[in-house]
Amino acid sequence: MTFIKPKFRHPLLPKNKIGYYKADYEGAISTLCAGCGHDSISGAIVQACFELSIEPHKIAKVSGIGCSSKTPTYFLGKSHGFNSVHGRMPSITTGANMANRDLIYLGVSGDGDTASIGMGQFVHVIRRNLNMVYIVMNNGCYGLTKGQDSATADFGSISKAGSINPFEAIDLVGLSLELGATFVARSFSGDKTQLVPLIKAAISHPGFAFLDVLSPCVTFNNNKGSTKSYDFVRDHMEATATIDLVPEEEEITVAYPEGSTTSVSLHDGSTIQLQKLAPDWNPTDRRSAFNNLQSAKAKGEILTGLLYINPESQDMHELVETVPSPLNSLQEKDLCPGPEALDKINDSFR
Amino acid sequence: MEPTNINDPEYFHKVVDCQFACPAHTPVPEYIRLIAAEKYTEAYMVNWESNVFPGILGRTCDRPCEPACRRGRIEEEPVAICRLKRVAADNKGAVKHLMPKAPKEKNGKKIALIGGGPASLTVARDLAPLGYDIHLYDEWHKGGGMMRTQIPSFRLPESVLDEEVNYIIDMGIHTHFNHFVSSMKEILEKGYDAVFVGTGAPKGRDLNIPGREEADKNIHIGIEFLASVAFEHVDKIGKKVIILGGGNTAMDCCRTSRRLGGEDVRVVVRSPFETMKASPWEIKDAMAEDIPFYNNMPPKEFVVENGQLTGVIFGNVRAEYDENGKRSLIPTGEPDVFMEADDVIIAIGQDNSFPWIERDLGIEFGKWDVPVLDKVSFQSTLPKVFFGGDAAFGPENIITAAAHGHQAAISIHQFCHGNDVYDRPPPMTNLIRQKMSIHEWIYDSPVVDDVRYEVPHEDKKFTLNDRKVEVELGFDISTGFKEAQRCLNCDVQTVFDTTSCIECDACVDICPTSCITFTTNGGEDDLRGRLNAPANDRSQDLYVSDILPTMRVMVKDEDVCLHCGLCAERCPTAAWDMQKFLYNVTKAGHTCTK
Ligand SMILES: Cc1cc2nc3c(=O)[nH]c(=O)nc-3n(C[C@H](O)[C@H](O)[C@H](O)COP(=O)(O)OP(=O)(O)OC[C@H]3O[C@@H](n4cnc5c(N)ncnc54)[C@H](O)[C@@H]3O)c2cc1C
Ligand SMILES: Cc1ncc(C[n+]2csc(CCOP(=O)(O)OP(=O)(O)O)c2C)c(N)n1
Ligand code: SF4
Ligand code: SF4
Ligand code: SF4
Ligand SMILES: [Mg+2]
Repeated sequence: MTFIKPKFRHPLLPKNKIGYYKADYEGAISTLCAGCGHDSISGAIVQACFELSIEPHKIAKVSGIGCSSKTPTYFLGKSHGFNSVHGRMPSITTGANMANRDLIYLGVSGDGDTASIGMGQFVHVIRRNLNMVYIVMNNGCYGLTKGQDSATADFGSISKAGSINPFEAIDLVGLSLELGATFVARSFSGDKTQLVPLIKAAISHPGFAFLDVLSPCVTFNNNKGSTKSYDFVRDHMEATATIDLVPEEEEITVAYPEGSTTSVSLHDGSTIQLQKLAPDWNPTDRRSAFNNLQSAKAKGEILTGLLYINPESQDMHELVETVPSPLNSLQEKDLCPGPEALDKINDSFR
Repeated sequence: MEPTNINDPEYFHKVVDCQFACPAHTPVPEYIRLIAAEKYTEAYMVNWESNVFPGILGRTCDRPCEPACRRGRIEEEPVAICRLKRVAADNKGAVKHLMPKAPKEKNGKKIALIGGGPASLTVARDLAPLGYDIHLYDEWHKGGGMMRTQIPSFRLPESVLDEEVNYIIDMGIHTHFNHFVSSMKEILEKGYDAVFVGTGAPKGRDLNIPGREEADKNIHIGIEFLASVAFEHVDKIGKKVIILGGGNTAMDCCRTSRRLGGEDVRVVVRSPFETMKASPWEIKDAMAEDIPFYNNMPPKEFVVENGQLTGVIFGNVRAEYDENGKRSLIPTGEPDVFMEADDVIIAIGQDNSFPWIERDLGIEFGKWDVPVLDKVSFQSTLPKVFFGGDAAFGPENIITAAAHGHQAAISIHQFCHGNDVYDRPPPMTNLIRQKMSIHEWIYDSPVVDDVRYEVPHEDKKFTLNDRKVEVELGFDISTGFKEAQRCLNCDVQTVFDTTSCIECDACVDICPTSCITFTTNGGEDDLRGRLNAPANDRSQDLYVSDILPTMRVMVKDEDVCLHCGLCAERCPTAAWDMQKFLYNVTKAGHTCTK
C-alpha cells in the first residue's frame, strides 16, 4: 500500500541556482484520481518554481474548493498556503497581498470555483490587477461533487451519463481579456513543454496573470463527446507560439527564422521569447489576441499559448499607492502617527 | 530506438541486478521476501535449488550480488543479501524431505567426479536424482574441498559444512575418500560414461628470495598451513608472525595465527592498501582482531641466524600507473626495513596443477597449464571429460564453482544421452500480476529508509582463544526482517502497455526517481541525453515503448527505479502494471529446446 512517497530521488539530479533540489518544491502525495490532469499541473508548478530558483518560503498558495483547489497540498510543501472557501480565493489573496506584497501569490482554482460561485470575485480581482498568478484547472465539470457540468462546459458537449449540455460556455480567457487582464494564457495539463514556461512567465509578470489550463477529469469527463477529454483537447489544440522564458543573466541562444520571433521584456529583466505560429498575432496587442481567439473558435480549434501580455502592467499597489513596506510590518506608530501628523494633514488643506 | 522486447527473458533478468550478477542466478528478491514472511524453509529451498550451499554461502560467499544491488545506487549500502541467506539457513525447519532423491532404478550411466569440492558436489546433486551412478574421489577423508580444508572454522563451523555436504553425499553417492587420483588414464580405463574434474587450484605459490631454503622450517605456504590447521596437524605458531600477501587467503592466515598463539601478527603487502585483493569485509574483520597492515613493502630476504629464521627484510615502493593503467612498483629509495618474525606465511596466490593428468590422453592444455575448455559446456578436448570450479579457469569462489557444476551437469546429461551439448534448456520464467486492489500489491511496495544493519560479532575474548568459535553471530529474526525490508523487489517489474496509455503524465509526475520520460524517439545516445534525469549508466537499459498517439515514445531508465509501484498506482488505465518476474536457471534433466 503506497500512500507514502519514497524519500529517495535520482542521485544525479541537479540543484538550482539557490541550492535547492526539485524535491524541495514537492508536496504531499496526491489523493486525486489516478491520471487527473490537475496532478500534471502540480508537476508543472513544481518544475517552474524549481527552474526559477524561488525560495519556497517566498510563495503563498491560495485556493478555493474543488479537486483543483486541493492541489496546493500536493506541491510546494514548504510554502505558505491557505485553502479558503468555495469561490473566495481572490478575496483571501487580495487581503494577503495587501498585508504582504513581498510574497509571490499563486492562486489555484477550478472552473466551478471560478466561473460559477466565484465569478463575482474573479472579475473584480482582474479589474484591480492584483499581483498574482491565477490558475484555473479547467475540466468543464465539478469534479469533486461527481462531475456535474460546469459553466465552462461547451455547448453540445456530452457528459459521461450521456446528457448534452444545452448552455453556452463561459470562455474565461475571452472574459479576462475583455476585463483588461494584463497577462492571459491558455494551456493544457498534458503539454508541459508549453505549460512550464507559461507558469514561469506568469510568475515573473507584475500584475494579474491568468492561466486557463485545460485539465481533463479522467473520472467524470474524459468520455467520448466531451470537449475537455485528453483526446479531444490533443486533437483540437493550436498554439499562438512556442514560448520560452529567458532569465536576465542568460543570453538568448535559440535562433529562429527571421520574422517569426518576438520577444517581450519583463520588469524583472527576463525576456519572454516567442516563436510565433500564428503570423498575424502580436502578444502585446489585445485586439490581435481577440481576433485570433475568435477565428480559432470559429474553426473549432482551442487556441493555447500566451495570448496577451501588457508589458506596462501596474499592479494594485502601484495603482492605489500603498507604502512599499508590507502592511503587516507596520507598527502602531506608523499607522497612528498621532495628533501632530493629523494636524499637518489638516493644515495642508487650509 | 527499437521498442524493447520484454519477451526476451534476459531483459527483465538484467533488471534484477543481484540475480543477474550472481553466477548461479539465485532468485534473490524472491527468497528475501520469503524471509520477511518468516518462511525460512521455503527461502532456504529457493537458495538450495540455485546455489546448493545456502548455509555455507550465507557465511562465506564472495557476494558479487551486493556490489550490483540497486540499493547501492540510491543510497550508501546494498542490501545484506549474503547474510540474509544465513537467516534462512539458521531458521529453517526440516528440509531433507523437500530435496530430490536418487531413484532406486538407475539409468545405467556411471560418472566419476574427481575432487570433492563444491563444483563436483553440485554435479552430483544434479545428476544423482536423474539415476546416475556417481563416484566421487577426494584425497581427504570427507567431502567439501577447500570449503573444508581452507575456510577456517571461525568463519564456517564444521557442523554447517557437514550438513550441506551430506545432503548430497546421502543421495547415494559412492565416495572414494582418502584417495588421491594419481592417473587420469586409470580413471578413464574404468569405463565411466563421463568424468568431471573438480580438483580446484591446489598449488600455493612460493616465494624464492634469499634465505628461503635455510628458513624452510618456519616458512609456510598459506593454503598448506590452513589445511594443516583444519586437520589439526598444526595447533600453534610463533609469537611473531608475518603474513605475506593481501588476498583473502592472507586474511584467513593472519586471523588463524592470532588463534594459535600469534601475538604480533602483521600483514605485509607489496602493493598499496586500496588495491589489495581481499574483500573489504575480510580486511575489516582482520583489523578488528588487532592485525596491522603494512603496504608498499616487497619482501627482499628471509634473515636466518644460526639456522633459525629471525625476520624479513622489506624494501619500500610506490605504485605508478602508465597510460594503459598498468601498474609498476617503483622503489622509493627509503632504507630497507627489517621486521622480526618467528614464522612467516606466504599467501600470494594459487595455481592449477594437473600432474596426474597424462598429456597423451587427448586432453589439451593451454597457457599456464590450464585445460582447453568450451566456456559454455565445460567440455574438454576429450569429449567425455568435463571440468568445473577452480580447475576450469583458475581460482574463483564457491558460488562460481556451483554455477559451473550446474552447467557441466547439463552437458554431461546431454552427452550421456547422445545429445548435442550445445542444445541447452532455456531458463524457466514466469510473469505474475501483483495487483490486489487500488492501492495494494501482493508485495510490500513501500520503500523503507533504513540503512544497512551490521551483523553482530562474538566477543574477541572468546573467538581469539578458540579457533572453532564462530565470529559472526548472524542476524536475529527481527533484524533479519528489517534488513529484508530494505530489498527493493527489483524482480517486480514495471510492465508497460503502449495501447492503454493515454499520455496523461501521471507516472512521470509521481515517479520519485524521475525514471520515466515521454519524448520523441531517437538513437540511444540522443535519448539518454534528453531524459528527465541523467541516464549515464549504459550498463542499465532503457525500456522503450512503441510509438504513442502523440508520436512520442515512453522511455524508462531502469537504473534507479525503486520498484515502488507508484507509476502503476497512478496510472488511470493500468498501462503500467507491476508483475513479478521469476527466472530460474534450468537444471540438468529438464526438457531441452528441441
Ligand atoms: C584460504 C581460502 C579461503 C577461501 N575463502 C573463500 C570464501 O570465503 N568464500 C568463497 O566463496 N570462496 C573461498 N575460497 C575459494 C573456494 O574455496 C574455492 O574457489 C572453491 O572451493 C573451489 O571449489 P572447487 O570445487 O573447484 O574445488 P576445491 O574446493 O578446491 O576442491 C577440490 C578438491 O579436490 C581435491 N583434489 C585435488 N586434486 C585431487 C586429486 N588428484 N585426487 C583427489 N582429490 C583431489 C582437493 O584436495 C580438494 O579437496 C577460499 C579459498 C582459499 C584458499
Ligand atoms: C459554498 C459551497 N457551495 C457548494 C459546494 C459544493 N462543491 C464542492 S466542490 C464544487 C465544485 C468544484 O468544481 P471545480 O471548481 O471545477 O473543481 P474540480 O473539482 O472540477 O477541480 C462544489 C459545487 C461547496 N463546497 N461550498
Ligand atoms: S474527480 Fe476528476 S477532477 Fe477530481 S480528482 Fe478525480 S479526475 Fe481529478
Ligand atoms: S534491492 Fe533487492 S532485488 Fe533490488 S538489487 Fe538489491 S537485493 Fe536485488
Ligand atoms: S516503480 Fe514506477 S514510480 Fe516507482 S521508481 Fe520505478 S518507474 Fe518510478
Ligand atoms: Mg472543474
